[in-house]
Amino acid sequence: MTKRSFLAVMLLVVPLASLPGPADAQLLMNGAGATFPYPIYSKWFEEYIKVDPEVRFNYQSIGSGGGIRQITERTVDFGASDGPMTDEQLKKAPAELFHIPTVLGAVVATYNLPGNPQLSFSGDVLADVFLGRITKWNDARIKALNPSASLPDQPIVVVHRSDGSGTTYIWVDYLCKISPEWEQKVGRGTSVKWPVGLGGKGNEGVAGQVKNAPGSLGYVELAYAITNKLPAAKIRNQAGKFIEPTIESTTAAAAKSMPADFRVSLTDSPGPEAYPVASFTWLLVYKDQPNETKGQSLVKFLWWAIHDGQKHPAALLYAPLPAPVVKDIEAKIKQITFSGKPLLAAQ
Amino acid sequence: MSSATRRFTSTAMGALTLAAALLVICPLLLIFGFLLYQGAAAVNVDFFLHLPKPVGEVGGGVANAIVGSLIMIALAVSLGLPVGILGGVYLAESRDRRLPWVLRFVADVMNGIPSIVFGIFAYTVVVIPMRRFSALAGGLALGLIMVPIVLRTTEEMVRLVPNALREAGLGLGLPQWKVSLRIVIPAARAGIITGVMVAVARIAGETAPLLFTALGNRFWQQGLDQPIAALPLQIYSYAIAPYDDWHRQAWAGALVLIALVFLASLAARLATRGRAVAR
Amino acid sequence: MAAESTAGAGTADGLSFPPRAISGRRAALGDRVYTVLVLASVWLVLLLAAGLVAALIWESWEAIRTFGFHFLVTSQWDPVAGEFGALPFIYGTLVSSLLALLIAVPLSLGAAIFLAELAPSWIRPPISFLIEMLAAVPSVVYGLWGIFVLVPWLRDWVQPGLGRMLGFLPLFQGPPYGIGMLAAGMILSIMVVPYITSVSREILLAVPGSQREAALGLGATRWEATRMAVLRYGRSGLIGAILLGLGRALGETMAVTMVIGNRPEIAASLFAPGYTMASVLANEFTEATSDLYVSALVEIGLLLLVVTVVVNGLARLLVWSVGGPARGGRE
Repeated sequence: MTKRSFLAVMLLVVPLASLPGPADAQLLMNGAGATFPYPIYSKWFEEYIKVDPEVRFNYQSIGSGGGIRQITERTVDFGASDGPMTDEQLKKAPAELFHIPTVLGAVVATYNLPGNPQLSFSGDVLADVFLGRITKWNDARIKALNPSASLPDQPIVVVHRSDGSGTTYIWVDYLCKISPEWEQKVGRGTSVKWPVGLGGKGNEGVAGQVKNAPGSLGYVELAYAITNKLPAAKIRNQAGKFIEPTIESTTAAAAKSMPADFRVSLTDSPGPEAYPVASFTWLLVYKDQPNETKGQSLVKFLWWAIHDGQKHPAALLYAPLPAPVVKDIEAKIKQITFSGKPLLAAQ
Repeated sequence: MSSATRRFTSTAMGALTLAAALLVICPLLLIFGFLLYQGAAAVNVDFFLHLPKPVGEVGGGVANAIVGSLIMIALAVSLGLPVGILGGVYLAESRDRRLPWVLRFVADVMNGIPSIVFGIFAYTVVVIPMRRFSALAGGLALGLIMVPIVLRTTEEMVRLVPNALREAGLGLGLPQWKVSLRIVIPAARAGIITGVMVAVARIAGETAPLLFTALGNRFWQQGLDQPIAALPLQIYSYAIAPYDDWHRQAWAGALVLIALVFLASLAARLATRGRAVAR
Repeated sequence: MAAESTAGAGTADGLSFPPRAISGRRAALGDRVYTVLVLASVWLVLLLAAGLVAALIWESWEAIRTFGFHFLVTSQWDPVAGEFGALPFIYGTLVSSLLALLIAVPLSLGAAIFLAELAPSWIRPPISFLIEMLAAVPSVVYGLWGIFVLVPWLRDWVQPGLGRMLGFLPLFQGPPYGIGMLAAGMILSIMVVPYITSVSREILLAVPGSQREAALGLGATRWEATRMAVLRYGRSGLIGAILLGLGRALGETMAVTMVIGNRPEIAASLFAPGYTMASVLANEFTEATSDLYVSALVEIGLLLLVVTVVVNGLARLLVWSVGGPARGGRE
């Protein structure tokens, strides 16, 4: 009979499921957070199995805000975020949290125009486009920056993110620094009140919309522009040069002095070759680890990530950390403790 | 109305309903075609047997996600099936005035709540106290989604069982509980199974509630109280990434998911075959 | 509303709940256990639902306190400034679901009638199966299919066409983005069809053959027999199927948010982008930082619950007013 056969199946499956799966003897470390670094983290965690077969790192992308929330609630062993935690958020955490930068990413302005010209923008022009002040492609200010491009007499269809995201945070952080009107009217956050434009879900959504709708202008992570074969605009940086978003120019954005807690914004960086819309992505870990074995695995992984691990980002279109920053991070990792004793020195 | 008009109407309505059925199948074929076109290349033996691999490496699969989804569906069904069927029978058979009305209303409302809300509820009630993500929390969230669907469809099916069957059972001296369990429910069996399979199909594809409960796992799960992989989560992660290789795996994962639900549905129908209500 | 013996509303004429034993002690025990189990299930559902509502109210209390009634009638959604208003989302949810039902209900019922009444018996299982499988497609796949296939089709063919032919109606004005309310309504209708069709098909199949035969015996054509005997008999079940589909439409998140444009504005045109309650919840919940922000989002979840309650209430009124006098049964 129906119910009986179902019940029988249930009674069989559930206890079988509670048995550990194959290859179960390792320690499982759980982390969650930003979607942007998911590909590089998954590569790292896979590679790291060869370095330390005793531990498995499980990372899931639920968003930067989710990462911050979960590490605060201590439901995961480490968090990840594209935007640094605010002072308010740090206060809510039960203990001190460290921000450990892992890789860098760039947010690019991408567009869809006939002939696929390579365009250059300045920050204030971009801010005015997103504010709705510049509405047509052949506006005088855009023309002035791109004298040789043929710009159509068409409205600009602005595309932004509908979901809260670190990518958005990086973009609006840049616009805030450039445009006082933007800072006052819209402000910065992972989710803002956009004056104009359509919302796409995820980098994928924005890339898809820009790709398919002529006349669109949106912002996406560099990796999405490259893999979708979308153009990425050159943007004028603080030193006045028009910089193309590449892995090198992204790494160059970190060539400035770092605060001790690494909670720094890299947008509008002063370096001459720096791309102006770049940012770190961080792993969030507790200064004082609650569990010794887990803590040791964690610090060993972090050490590996900032050294050997830096071989991998470029192939996946992320930018590696510059050498001086790595030195600073080393010092930070050495401060992670268990019951007051530094974990790294103990090995 | 002349009989010629009536016959014409009858034929016309027949044609219209046929057209409706064809229109309904159209998007289905389009979507399946799309999935096959995009993902068929990625479905191979590795896909079923291996764990996920990072971008660019061949041989990655969704084995743990398949098992994880099966486990959580089993958990959800163990909550949703008995509660839903018994509740549905109650709604159909009770002569009470208020309680059935309340239950029916509550079930209809539950059907309209976005699945993410159930996920948030399971997060508050299971994940936070346990201080970890787990298959149990995921199973609870999915089970909650399942209950109202099974409940309402069971009610409607049991209602349609003719009284003659019930009276025959009572006339033979069977106690009422046996009449319900042994006669009424089997008579409505086909319809109930449809309701259950529709509910299972729905929860098999749910992503949002699992984000906060099961979390997802790149490796084999190590117990019901640990994060666990699931097909829709894996599909979602792959689909929103920038790499074509992962996109193909997302489509392939969707194909596998649909195929699994198809097989489960087939199995359920075969297992419960038999003449239901006399027509 | 007594359980009169009408044309088989499946009411328990011979059965009552809780059951009264008629054959001895073992039967009494069986009835007791049965009663306990059934009532336990009922109360479990009610308790879980109550717990859910309580959790929602608890979490949204801060927003309720801060914004009060204004939350329902303001259109501002500014996370940075901390100003939140839910009106555009309520509008978006109602319009997209209504559009979805307008498209899905006639098609689903038509298909269900075809499958249950008119199709040759060898066609019925495969097609029914195919339609049920549509329900298994994950919503993220619907969303992606929407972006890659549906939206370009709308943008390049359907919307310009509609704009030319029916552009005098405010419903069809505005630039053809492709993305927008129309795309959301169409995707929702596709997602809702399998539920309504499958359940309706089962309802119609379960109608006793005697009803049909009686009508045919009286000289009705095939369609008339279907209309008068089968559809009327199964009416409450069909309404239930439609409500099931409506529930799905109201609560759908992923697929809708990928094609609706996510713009919290109220616009008359179907071509314009919009935003639904479920979408904003899915989009912003994982990233919401401040407590007020989270609270406002949870209040949107609560409002969705209220909207669902109101819509269901209206649907029940509709059923009762249409079906009441003719049937006299419950429902």
